[in-house]
Amino acid sequence: MTVKALADALALNILSPGDPDANIESVYCGDLLSWVMGRADEGCAWITIMSNQNVAAVAVLVDMACVILAEGVNPDADLLSRCQNQDICLMTSEKSAYELAWQLHELLKL
Amino acid sequence: MMEPVKLTYQVDDGNYLAAGSASTNVKKVLKKLGIPSDIIRRAVVCLYEGEINMVIHANGGQIDVEIDPAAITMILKDVGPGIADIGKAMQDGYSTASKEARDLGFGAGMGLPNMKRNSDEMSIDTVIGQGTTVTMILKMQESL
Repeated sequence: MTVKALADALALNILSPGDPDANIESVYCGDLLSWVMGRADEGCAWITIMSNQNVAAVAVLVDMACVILAEGVNPDADLLSRCQNQDICLMTSEKSAYELAWQLHELLKL
Repeated sequence: MMEPVKLTYQVDDGNYLAAGSASTNVKKVLKKLGIPSDIIRRAVVCLYEGEINMVIHANGGQIDVEIDPAAITMILKDVGPGIADIGKAMQDGYSTASKEARDLGFGAGMGLPNMKRNSDEMSIDTVIGQGTTVTMILKMQESL
């Protein structure tokens, strides 16, 4: 499933489109950046409540398909501009991390 | 035969915005050189953790990376406070990071263990009050 199709299906708010045609290969949930760095897979959708600029660094280094900020969290200005400048897909949702993960599971059938 | 590539980066003290810039740049270079993606991933984890450590613990420092056909050698040298107890620092979950660092998603006590796990060889040379040098080597052949 592409990032764009996911955004439509879950009514995600797209703040930075990145590559809308990127394929989502897996899903990772987490907020401790070292854990995410060490364990998330390339091409994943990352669900987090971290909203600072280091999220962008991790997303780029892991080559993620997209970042979804859950629970109504909004990115700080630095994260937003970094995602826009580095073509990282950044989206937000009012849903909880659990709800998003469950719905992603249903959609992706991973 | 590929010529050795040498890269040097300065890491600024407390500059969370720049943290990750050396890792991102090295990643681009490794991709251009056609290095296998699993080695790139491990190198990037090592470097990013090291960079973050230098920002949150060590007043910044210098990173030297050398890439040759046999290995990637990464030397991270800082003039920070040194590591008082390396044994503890190497334990998963042990951290002396500030609240500020923790609020940003760091300080999980995973840095050095992640670096050790993702490198083939790692050595730490530290002197209290003078600084720390971490050397990590990733061998090219092992993952081929």
